[in-house]
Formats: sequence, structure tokens, C-alpha cells
Amino acid sequence: MRNIWTIAKREYNHYFISPLAYVVAFSILMPLGIYFAIIVFATSQQAFSGAPPPDITPITWLFCFLLVFTTPVLTMRLLSDEARMGTLELLLTAPIRDFELVVGKWLSALLFILTILAITLVYPIILHFALVSPGIDQKLLLSAYLGVILVAAAFLALGVGISAIFTNQFASFFVTFGLFFFLWFMVSLPANLLPSGGDALNYLNMSSHFTDALNTGNVKLSDLIYYFSLIALGLFTGTTAIEIRRWR
Amino acid sequence: MIQVNGLTKDYGARRALHEISFDANQGEIVGFLGPNGAGKTTTMRILTGYMPPTDGTAVVAGYDVVEESLEVRRRVGYLPETVPLYTDMTALDYLKFMADLRHIPNSEERAYETLEMVNLKDRATGYIGNFSKGMRQRIGLAQALIHRPEVLILDEPTIGLDPAQVVEIRNVIRDIGKDRTVLLSTHILTEAQQICDRVLIINKGKIVAEDTPDNLQSRLVGSQRVVLRVRGESDELPAKINKVKGVRHVEAKPDGSVEFEFSAGQDVRPQVAKSIIQAGFDLLEMRPVGMSLEEIFLELTRDNATGKKSS
Repeated sequence: MRNIWTIAKREYNHYFISPLAYVVAFSILMPLGIYFAIIVFATSQQAFSGAPPPDITPITWLFCFLLVFTTPVLTMRLLSDEARMGTLELLLTAPIRDFELVVGKWLSALLFILTILAITLVYPIILHFALVSPGIDQKLLLSAYLGVILVAAAFLALGVGISAIFTNQFASFFVTFGLFFFLWFMVSLPANLLPSGGDALNYLNMSSHFTDALNTGNVKLSDLIYYFSLIALGLFTGTTAIEIRRWR
Repeated sequence: MIQVNGLTKDYGARRALHEISFDANQGEIVGFLGPNGAGKTTTMRILTGYMPPTDGTAVVAGYDVVEESLEVRRRVGYLPETVPLYTDMTALDYLKFMADLRHIPNSEERAYETLEMVNLKDRATGYIGNFSKGMRQRIGLAQALIHRPEVLILDEPTIGLDPAQVVEIRNVIRDIGKDRTVLLSTHILTEAQQICDRVLIINKGKIVAEDTPDNLQSRLVGSQRVVLRVRGESDELPAKINKVKGVRHVEAKPDGSVEFEFSAGQDVRPQVAKSIIQAGFDLLEMRPVGMSLEEIFLELTRDNATGKKSS
């Protein structure tokens, strides 16, 4: 645990001196801010006409949508760059296990996303207290934020896994981005066209496990298992890729 | 402290190490001498737990490098060939990070102490990215020393340093080597001579010779070569030298100097000096030309080819 934390801490601090991380934070927070302003405007107009209470889920949905494009930037260099700069040799000859290295890297990226997510908490707070009563649905809020965290954790784990395979960070980026785009937008498209196996494709579809499940306040075990499987797969891939690097 | 037995490493179809075996004891500085691609780095990477061997065993600080890799890594300090540094960190933060990875209490204090050992304490808060090559090399060495390891493995530790720094680093290594085991690789023969108690010469993945530096040289150097220079130029000089008994292979160089050889153990330099002074030349310089590493290698590989294995 201690090693994981040491690795994560260094990498987390590194994000704050990296311009790319600020670009990521900006490209998440900027669209969210604009979108939020629109929601506040709409809600305040509807407040007089007895409309439904304000809703946070458009914000969490947009957050996840943006994660598809931004998380590959956060993970692309995590292990690729270590391999390119030769510092991987330092870490692989330090008394830490390969999985501690991979999990530490993943945790750092997750903490960075959680930091951004914490900033977005001002939106539900404003919606809840500053606008119309009875405020927002708090159970839905928790479920939606849990969803965002799980989506981010799964994306980042897969990203770290891919980053362990490639020495070139741009190769990591494009493979990671391609995979996320496929998982989020593409995988269930042919589901209705196939004679069989459509259900399996639908299960693989990442966005449905968020948009139709956690982001509606519906916390189901099958969705949680889906995300935990992806996290495990990503971290396992990363650890194995490092192991293979040793044997080459 | 280091026991290597029949170590073999294949990279795909290419065999990088052929069943090498050697030992290194506590308090001993062992030099690994060889040209690029000889297998020095491969051996070091196996000993530090970076990668497993294809065959054979290696025991470092009492632990097997494959079975108990983590225990080995706890006890070994390693400076790889390309110094692994995070250029966006300060020297102090970098060493603190390394100390934390090794669970050293008071990591900041230890980082300062180690910076002092490599003479970089005044640059503790400088970014490594702004450091010169010599400073980076010293930070790399500090990183290898941070946990005061029992075994220190250094891959070309003095490369890229200026002469003063080379002396400094050699002193640091010699100090450390008093009560620890140091294995260092180099392709500079004089370096091996100056700091190593024992030298292993490795070529094409095989150990071709193992001895103390002095023995190795005297065994290999069958003849001594000398360069000689006089005031002015003279065409008669080579002939004059050639007349001295025991002198061989006299050769006039384009820069006006003359080189000649004589058998080791039969030093003809006084006679040569006497004869050319008597002939009226002003002798300016006469110095031995050391046998270069390349020549030693040629010598050793020739030995192997004819079946006279030297180790």
C-alpha cells in the first residue's frame, strides 16, 4: 500500500506542473460551466411555472462524455514515458511489485479526476440551496457521482494498461482513445442487426451502464460488476505488460 | 556477496550471455571491462532484478535474483547506463521519492546526507532538468546510494564527467567499496586499474579473463611500446635507435616523433637515451604508450581462437 501511495503521490503532483493536465481540466470544466449556466437559466425560468425540480444528471452525463476524450491524455504518458526516459528501469529495480507501480499510476490519475470532480460539486450545491425548493434529489446525486467515479476509474485503468504496452505516448493515446470511443459510442450499434449476440454487445456498451443506470439513480450490481471488471482488466493488462517487458 | 553461476541470457535468437560465472566478495570493487554490446549491461540488469536470466543462477546479498527478487532489490543500489532521472523534479524531491520507495524514515534528512556525499548539497532545490551531465550522473549515483546498499552496481559511472569529477566520483566509489561490494562496468582500462581490486573482462557474452588489474596487464603486455621525441627533425634518428640491442619495430611518426618496442622485462630505455644523446640529439621526451583496451581485446580473442583460454 505504501509503495502505491508513494508512486501515486509523485505522479499526482506531476499533473500540477504539466500543462497538459491543465488543458484536460480546462476542457472538462469549461463545457460543464457553460452547460451549468444554461441549466440554471432554464431552471430559474421554469421555477415560476411549476416545473420539475432542478436536475444534476445532465452535468454528470456531460462529464462522462468528456472523459472519453480527456482521460487518454491523462494516461498516455504514465508508463509509456517512463519506458522512453529509462526511468522504468529505476522503478523496476526498486523494491516494489509491478502491480504496485501500475495501481499507483492509476490512482494518481484517478485522484486528479476526483479533484476536478470535487470542483464540480459547486453545481449541485448551487442548484440545491440557491435555487428553487425542494432542491435536488440527493440519492440521485450520489448515484450519478458514483457513476462518474466508476466510469473515470474504468477508463483510467484501461488507459494505464495500454500505456504500459507502448513506449510512444502518442501510440498510447490513439489506441486508448480508439478503445474508449468504441466502448462508449460504437459497440452496441450493430446489436440490432445481428441474429444473435446482440445482448452481449449491449452489455459491453459503457455508456448504457451509466446513462440508463447510475445516472438515473438506479444502482444495480450488474453495472457495478461491469465497471469493476474493466478496472481489473486494465490493471491486469498493465501489470502483465510490465512483466512481459522484463522477460523480453 | 555476488555469486553468479552459469548465467545465460537470450534475446530472441541472439545469445547475449554465455554461461558466465563469477563471484564478488564484501569489501571488493570488481570491474566489468568490455566493449559495447559485450553483455555488461545485461549481466547488471539480471543482478538488479530488472530482468530474469534465461538460464543459470545469481545470488546477490544472499538472495536469489529470480526467486527473491524483492529482497535482492532492497539490498542493491543500481545506477543504470542511461541515468534514470525525472527532469521535472528537484534533486531533493527526486531523492526523497527514491528514499520513500525504499521506506527510509526521515527521507528528507537522508536525501540531504546523500547529496552531500556526491557534493551536490548546494543544488538540492535545483531542477534536474537544468543540471549538467556530470551533475546528473552524480544524482544518479546518489539515488543508488540512498539506502546505503550492501551491493552497489554501477553501469559506467564516470561516463560524461569532466576529469575533476571523475576523480571525485572514483573517490566516492572507493570509499563506499571499503565495506560493501561494488560491481562497476567501464571501458576505460585506467579506471579499472585505479579503483578495482579485480577485473573481469567480458567479450561477446563470455568472460575472457579475470584477474587483478596489474596481473592482467603484465600478463597481457608482452612488449612495451615507447614514444620518443627530440628537438628538431632528423631522418637518422630511427636508424640510430634501431641499432640499440633489444629494440624492435622502430617507426617514424608524421609528427616527428619515433615509436619503438622492446620486450617487457628487458628495459632498453637507458641505452636508447644514452645512444641518442651521444649522437648529439636533444632528447625532449620519452614515455611509454600503454596498451589500449582494444589491443588487450585483440590479444584475448586471439588467445581464445587458438584454444589457450586465459581464464
